[in-house]
Amino acid sequence: MLHLILFSVFGLVCVGGAVNLLVQSHPINSALSLIVVMGSLAVEYLLLGAEFVAAVQVIVYAGAIMVLFVFVIMLLNAGEEERTKGSRVSLLIGIPGMIMGSVLMAWVLITHSGTHAVEAGALPGAPREIAQLLFHEFLLPFEVTSILVLIAIMGAVVLAARPEPLQPEGKN
Amino acid sequence: MVPLSYYLVLSGILFACGVTGFLIKRNIITIFMSIELMLNGVNLSFVAFAAQWHQLSGQVFVFFVMVVAAAEATVGLAIIIAVFRTRETLNVDQVNLLKL
Amino acid sequence: MNPNLHLWLIPLLPLIGAAINGAFGKRFSRQAVTGVALLFCGAAFAMALWVVSQFSSLALPHTEYVATWIRAGTFQADFAFYLDQLSLVMLLIVSGVGFLIHIYSVGYMWEEGGYYRFFAYLNLFMFFMLTLVLASNYLLMFIGWEGVGLASYLLIGFWFTKDSAASAGKKAFIVNRIGDFGFLIALFLLIQHFGSLDFTTVFQKISRFSPETAGAELLTAIALLLMVGACGKSAQIPLYVWLPDAMEGPTPVSALIHAATMVTAGVYMVARSHVIFERAPAALTVVAIIGTLTALFAATIGVAQTDIKKVLAYSTISQLGYMFLACGVAAFSAGIFHLMTHAFFKGLLFLAAGSVIHALGGEQDMRHMGGLRTKIPWTFWTMTAGTFAIAGIPPFAGFFSKDEILWRAYQASWIYWLIGLSTAFLTSFYMFRLWFMTFFGDYRGDLEDHGHGASHAGAPAPHGHGHGGIHESPKVMLIPLMILAVLSIVGGWVGVPESMYGANHFERFLAPVFHSTTSSAELEQTGATDGHGLTGEGEQRTSYTAERLFTGISVAAALTGLYLAWLLYLRRPQLPQKIARSLNGFYDMVLHKYYVDEFYATIFVKPLIDGSRTILWHGIDQGVIDATVDKSAEEALDVSDTVRHMESGNVRSYASWVAIGAAAVIAYMIWVASR
Repeated sequence: MLHLILFSVFGLVCVGGAVNLLVQSHPINSALSLIVVMGSLAVEYLLLGAEFVAAVQVIVYAGAIMVLFVFVIMLLNAGEEERTKGSRVSLLIGIPGMIMGSVLMAWVLITHSGTHAVEAGALPGAPREIAQLLFHEFLLPFEVTSILVLIAIMGAVVLAARPEPLQPEGKN
Repeated sequence: MVPLSYYLVLSGILFACGVTGFLIKRNIITIFMSIELMLNGVNLSFVAFAAQWHQLSGQVFVFFVMVVAAAEATVGLAIIIAVFRTRETLNVDQVNLLKL
Repeated sequence: MNPNLHLWLIPLLPLIGAAINGAFGKRFSRQAVTGVALLFCGAAFAMALWVVSQFSSLALPHTEYVATWIRAGTFQADFAFYLDQLSLVMLLIVSGVGFLIHIYSVGYMWEEGGYYRFFAYLNLFMFFMLTLVLASNYLLMFIGWEGVGLASYLLIGFWFTKDSAASAGKKAFIVNRIGDFGFLIALFLLIQHFGSLDFTTVFQKISRFSPETAGAELLTAIALLLMVGACGKSAQIPLYVWLPDAMEGPTPVSALIHAATMVTAGVYMVARSHVIFERAPAALTVVAIIGTLTALFAATIGVAQTDIKKVLAYSTISQLGYMFLACGVAAFSAGIFHLMTHAFFKGLLFLAAGSVIHALGGEQDMRHMGGLRTKIPWTFWTMTAGTFAIAGIPPFAGFFSKDEILWRAYQASWIYWLIGLSTAFLTSFYMFRLWFMTFFGDYRGDLEDHGHGASHAGAPAPHGHGHGGIHESPKVMLIPLMILAVLSIVGGWVGVPESMYGANHFERFLAPVFHSTTSSAELEQTGATDGHGLTGEGEQRTSYTAERLFTGISVAAALTGLYLAWLLYLRRPQLPQKIARSLNGFYDMVLHKYYVDEFYATIFVKPLIDGSRTILWHGIDQGVIDATVDKSAEEALDVSDTVRHMESGNVRSYASWVAIGAAAVIAYMIWVASR
């Protein structure tokens, strides 16, 4: 019972945050909504017993990635989006479309997937067990992702670096 | 006791919101955030299924998804900065030089 | 067993000559080209003579197998050659007259461009014609048949830069092809019903048919189709229209191909297929009617012509009509007899006309001739021999052969005889008209002592040479004329009928060939008796009297023609104009050859060309085939033009397309999974 209540509350918070992301016109508001979503998702993970994943979600996603987003928004001084005719049209089409799609999908999922109940904390995801998996079966992907991160760092540095002026007047 | 399908529905709603945001928003950064929202929805369904089948691999996979999302966000934002330098705008409709 | 005579060499030798002259003749000197051409043609003639010498020791018919050509299931066609009396006669005519004309051409064409090409084509023609007469099956004969049509096209259009010559060559070939189509269908029917095209095999199988059985329709069909082919090749109604136009070619070509040899191929083919024709009486009647009508028709046109070669062309059509009339009344040996004498005197007439044209520097219009008898005496005397021969005046060659035909025609029906007699009168008239207009009276042309003269079709380019004015031809041209003149005089003496105390060697010689296996009673029914009344003693003498009477009538007709021509063209030259004016409409029609060419042009040629242009060219070729390719390319362009709008550079539209595609795929997967 508590499980269900907690799930519903934080589920609603999630959805609310997501919808707010869509509704807001200034990107900073959208970023903050996204942080709310990530936080509530972390609670959902906890409800499912994935404590390590929940911790990582908060630390990495909400704490690093979203901070990065906020920094970029601040750096680029992005302003509010204007409301143009095109945006009105896309809102008119997109929102109903999304609602319809969601309803359809929800109906399909509920009627067709099993109604197995998942207990709270069903699968304890203690760091020890996850580490066992990570460094044994998933060692190769682990190493590969570390290289991926390395490449991403290098790419970001190169792409975002201020271009050196080759010629005094030349623009890159 | 929460049925699995509820978690899936929540995941689906998050994913749909992400898609919608991706399609209707004109600010590049907001579009990227919608992508992150999509990835989060998928993460939720991974964990839900991991809980149902009692396989920890689901959670490990979430781990990897997060790493990839981080890398992607990094590089993407770097590109946005580079584009902003030349185009002076964050409106994705104005970054349309690659057309036939 | 007969010795191997290597008959295959006879056609092959001129082919080698043609190949050498064709490939290398451009670099040879004229003498070398002449040497090669005459050598190989003469060698063929020499071999023919040698075959004659061996002839009496052969068991006939003599076939020689060289190689197998087609073997398909039960059907087989070989390269094989056939020798019997008929093909021996044809062989001698073709190679002999051909050789004489080769010699003549040396002089006639000496100053022409393309000298080597002419002799290459001429030798090529000899190859095909010899193949035709020596073939032992219809298929090999058809090769020769088609090949002589090809050689005719090449030679008629020899001066191909001239539009009229090129068109005449095309016309000849196309009209021939129409006839060849009939011939081909006849061959298909033969293969279908008799399984072979070999003469011996087919004729043996057919001779087991008798006219009363159902096979008569089939044989009639085959015979009529063969006749279509003969009409095309031998210029009978309705496919004769190419022959007058063929006079665009050089005169030796007209002499060889369109008088002595190619046009007689039809007659030879009908004679060779006599087994089929004799068992299809309806077809024989058709042949006789076509022959008779053509003879008369062409003779009437010949009366009004003013070009010396056109007169001879229509005369050829008319004389070929006689030969077909003979075949149509089953007097095949008479037809071949006339073929032989015709080769002599018509070849002579054409060559002599060429000599006249050469003397006048290219003039062909008889209205500009006259009084040439003193200026070119050798030509005059030889042409006289030819003219008397064709008019049928005894004892020249044409008399005996034509008389034979008229007598046998009378025995089939008096209508044939009457029309034949009228034609004989007309023949004599227009030939003597030609003789008088050319050689007698005052010279009406404008050649002085220069070499100018209108350059006409069929003549070599104006000479402009130094020897003055009207001159006799060189010896190389005169000697063949003389030889042919002698033959025109004595050539008929091998066929003197018994009514005139001759032994008719010719008919007896050919009798084994035309001996059919039907009973003599049936032969009498079709009128194909040995026409000199050997059915009984008492009847013998009465039919001799009748025969002599008819002979006298035909001689009288010939002499009347001579008198009339003398009257109109020598004595009172202003009369022809008056007569023409009074017969105004009719004369106009005859002058324009009864407008047959115009009729064909409107009914056949123009619709064909228009249909071809509109339907086949614009409609199908451009509209369907080209359009398919072009339109598909255009469609591809249009499609890509539409699709390129997807690449708008607008990232959000890309995103929407991706989303739509993903949704579609997911929906499909769900649908599959839920089934």
